[in-house]
Amino acid sequence: MPGTLDMLILRTLARAPLHGYGIALSIKRLSEDVLTVEEGSLYPALQRLLLQGWVKAEWKKTETNRRARYYSLTAAGRKQLGLELSQFEQMMAAIGRVLQDA
Amino acid sequence: MDAIVRFCRKLSMLFTRERFHSDLEEEMAFHREQQAQALQAEGRTPEEAKYAATRQFGNAGRLKEESLDTVGFRFETAVQDSRYALRQLGKNPGFACTAIVILGLGIGASTAIFSAVNPILFEPLPYPGASRIMMISYISDDGSRIAQTFHTYCELAERNRSFETLAVADPWQPTLTRPDRPERLDGQKVSADYFRVLGVSPLLGRDFQPADDVLNGPKVVILSNGLWRRFGADNALIGQQVKLNDDSYTVIGVMPATFDNVLVSSANAWAPLQFDKGNAASTQAREWGHHLKMVGRLRTGVSITQARSDLDRIARTPLPDLPRPPWASLEHGVATNSLQSELTSGVKPALLAVLGAVLLVLLIACVNVTNLLLARGAQRRGEFAMRAALGAVRPRLIRQLLTESLLLAVLGGALGMMVAQFGVRVLVALSPSELPRLNAMRVDGTVFAFAVGITVLVGLLVGLIPALSASSRDLHIAVQQSSQRTAGGHQFMRRTLVVAEVALALVLMVSAGLLFRSLQRLFAIDPGFDASHVLTMQVQEAGHRFDADSKRALFFSQALDAVRQVPGVANAAFTSQLPLSGDFESYGIQFEVDKSGDGDNGFRYAVSPSYFETMHIPLRRGRLLNEHDMPGAAQAILISESFAKRKFPNQDPLGQRVRIGPDIGHADRPWGAVVGVVGDVRQASLALSDSDAFYTSSTQWSWVDNVQSLVVRTQGVAAALAPSIRQAIWSVDKDQPIVRVATMDNLLATSEAERRFVLILFEAFGLAALALAATGIYGVLSGSVTERTREIGVRVALGATPSDILALVVRQGMTLTSFGVVIGLSGAVAASQALVTLLFGVSRLDPVTYLGVIALLAGVSVIACWVPASRAAQVDPASTLRAE
Repeated sequence: MPGTLDMLILRTLARAPLHGYGIALSIKRLSEDVLTVEEGSLYPALQRLLLQGWVKAEWKKTETNRRARYYSLTAAGRKQLGLELSQFEQMMAAIGRVLQDA
Repeated sequence: MDAIVRFCRKLSMLFTRERFHSDLEEEMAFHREQQAQALQAEGRTPEEAKYAATRQFGNAGRLKEESLDTVGFRFETAVQDSRYALRQLGKNPGFACTAIVILGLGIGASTAIFSAVNPILFEPLPYPGASRIMMISYISDDGSRIAQTFHTYCELAERNRSFETLAVADPWQPTLTRPDRPERLDGQKVSADYFRVLGVSPLLGRDFQPADDVLNGPKVVILSNGLWRRFGADNALIGQQVKLNDDSYTVIGVMPATFDNVLVSSANAWAPLQFDKGNAASTQAREWGHHLKMVGRLRTGVSITQARSDLDRIARTPLPDLPRPPWASLEHGVATNSLQSELTSGVKPALLAVLGAVLLVLLIACVNVTNLLLARGAQRRGEFAMRAALGAVRPRLIRQLLTESLLLAVLGGALGMMVAQFGVRVLVALSPSELPRLNAMRVDGTVFAFAVGITVLVGLLVGLIPALSASSRDLHIAVQQSSQRTAGGHQFMRRTLVVAEVALALVLMVSAGLLFRSLQRLFAIDPGFDASHVLTMQVQEAGHRFDADSKRALFFSQALDAVRQVPGVANAAFTSQLPLSGDFESYGIQFEVDKSGDGDNGFRYAVSPSYFETMHIPLRRGRLLNEHDMPGAAQAILISESFAKRKFPNQDPLGQRVRIGPDIGHADRPWGAVVGVVGDVRQASLALSDSDAFYTSSTQWSWVDNVQSLVVRTQGVAAALAPSIRQAIWSVDKDQPIVRVATMDNLLATSEAERRFVLILFEAFGLAALALAATGIYGVLSGSVTERTREIGVRVALGATPSDILALVVRQGMTLTSFGVVIGLSGAVAASQALVTLLFGVSRLDPVTYLGVIALLAGVSVIACWVPASRAAQVDPASTLRAE
């Protein structure tokens, strides 16, 4: 589903700032390996979110003292996530109702 | 709002692009490293882990590109692509130059032709509300449109409800007396509203007022901007006097420089018409003669149809107090058409044909360059495959290739603009003078926009097929193979394109051939006189000392005597109109036996008796004119052969009593008599054979014409005598202007100027098309020979002789030509339909032309095949097989 990856990234970052690899791991773990995307496609998506102003990025040290680029959610990003979640829930509810009626 | 913020972010990122790339690079590397470590921790070897991490990550090149596409501006990739395209073209300058020159010539030629055609066919006339300006012609008994009479104009002006204003104009060629030499001007005598109909006012001074345009009104003149500049561009010229035809005219106005007088574009001076409104009862007056051009400006909101029915109503209902003579009875009404269409309808077919032809050339040029690009694409397959492997997606590759073809087109377009500038100059020089709006022919904004438009179109057109073919899916095959061995589907496409080229070239060449044969036929026509060694010039007398007919006659006879004294002159004569010179003057002629109605019309020649000997017009019956045919003697008249045959099929034309011109219908005037019959002469054009004509001695016509053409038969080269003949005339009176000096041969040639013009262009286009088609065949065959070197080597090794190989390749090429010819033939048959009005004496399906063109095309194709074929025949089997 287009836009799903963006929502997943926002959802992941809502808990804590992460670097790209961390985001990939987290999405994989959360979705129990159901979503096996080409990992690299995370990066164009992150550029898109940066451009929208929903996330921001800064270089920090990791626990192993390596330089990594950490992404975190902005206020606008948080608002966008809320919006997308409620839309998603509405749609899921609608699908659920259709399935129950059948 | 969001869009603006995003735009600003993009902009700020643009300036930190280096950083963007290094950041992305670093975090992607970090990602893969982390992944590899994780995999290693699961027990894989370092190599395995690294490989697996890279695979899982995906195509980094493509992902980077996608990231950049997200945050970058479109122009960035365009700039990147252009830079790359430039580098590619630089790598193969021979290819680049060929393509640019072909496109440049194609675009340039199209632009030049468009600049000529645009003001005539597409642009409105250069007047405000030009679509409301109409031309109103009288419809004669035979249905042809002729000029209006003054009294018809007066009646229409008074009674119509659909025009704001109507105006009439009469040609006027005053002699401007200047200190050094007399000069004949082109001008018009116009009714007061003439410039208001066109919607143009003088730049300086004032327009004509009704008070100027009355019988014996003030002698005032408005000058063109060009003439005013020759007088020194002085504002003080207004109110001053200039000497025209020996009279002093007061300059009251100067037209703006932008004013283009489309009715007579060479006009430099305008004076009020000053005809007599009150003499409608005297039908012999000039006010009842058909010699005025009538134009009108429609009221706003009135359609042409409404105006037509309005004028028809007037034509049908004569008023008792506005009587009309039979020749201006308005029995068939008037023809009302927009001035634009009146001016252009005559040349429209020719111009559309030329425009069509040049677009065909452009199309062939495009096909040719497409083929070059395809060939180049074949050589570059390895490169594209590599780029695809490195992560270039298909749209990206297509964009890259289109950028290359667009770059070629833009460079070609730039060259084309230069070609067009030059081409327009050539066109203006070549154009027949009757082409309207010649002075509007130039490279202006519209033309430039056209050039830019076709450049872009050409760029896309030329690049699309090569781009699609080069980026096609089987690229991964190409990467594995050496590019040499793939004789892929592009060969089929290239052959199809060559077939198209040959077909288009055939269409153009058949058209050129038909025009060529028409002109040949035309110039084979006997004009009725011997044009070689004849010099002609127009002599005008002006000034009050020539007011009397006898004075005029004296001047012409003295001038003729003087000309005869010039060494090298064999014979000389004056005539009121000269064949094939653009003169076109007919008058009524009524035979006594012809009791019914209005009589006939024929070309009127008032000539010196020696005219026939000078022109070598043969006498068929009776006698020629001689010096006894003078005022006072019985009027002697000669008629043309076919006129005599038509009029007197079973009677002797000699001795028939006749009245001509203004004498018709006047019982008090004595009868003249037909004394001889002479051969037919082509007057209006070689193509037109309407040759009812009558001749009379210039002293026996109702008046002595003040403009006459001198014809001189010379012993040597005709043109060489021009200066001494002019001097001889000026020795009689130095103030008389002499214009239109030309040999008769020259006049004959220019009388078909329009056909020649079209022919020259078609010949040039046809040759260009032939050359392009030949290079197309050559290109495809050499490519194919290169690709089939191994196959040919094997054939030779198995016993094929060089002539077998030669035949093999030539056959391949000629098959393409044959396909092209077959397809082209049907195209040519269709295209020749558009040329029908330009053809003469040749069927549009003329077999000689078609066969000749096919033979020529086949001959050139064989030559184009021969070079690659002989190369193929020299293939050394040993070396090609070793190369395997």
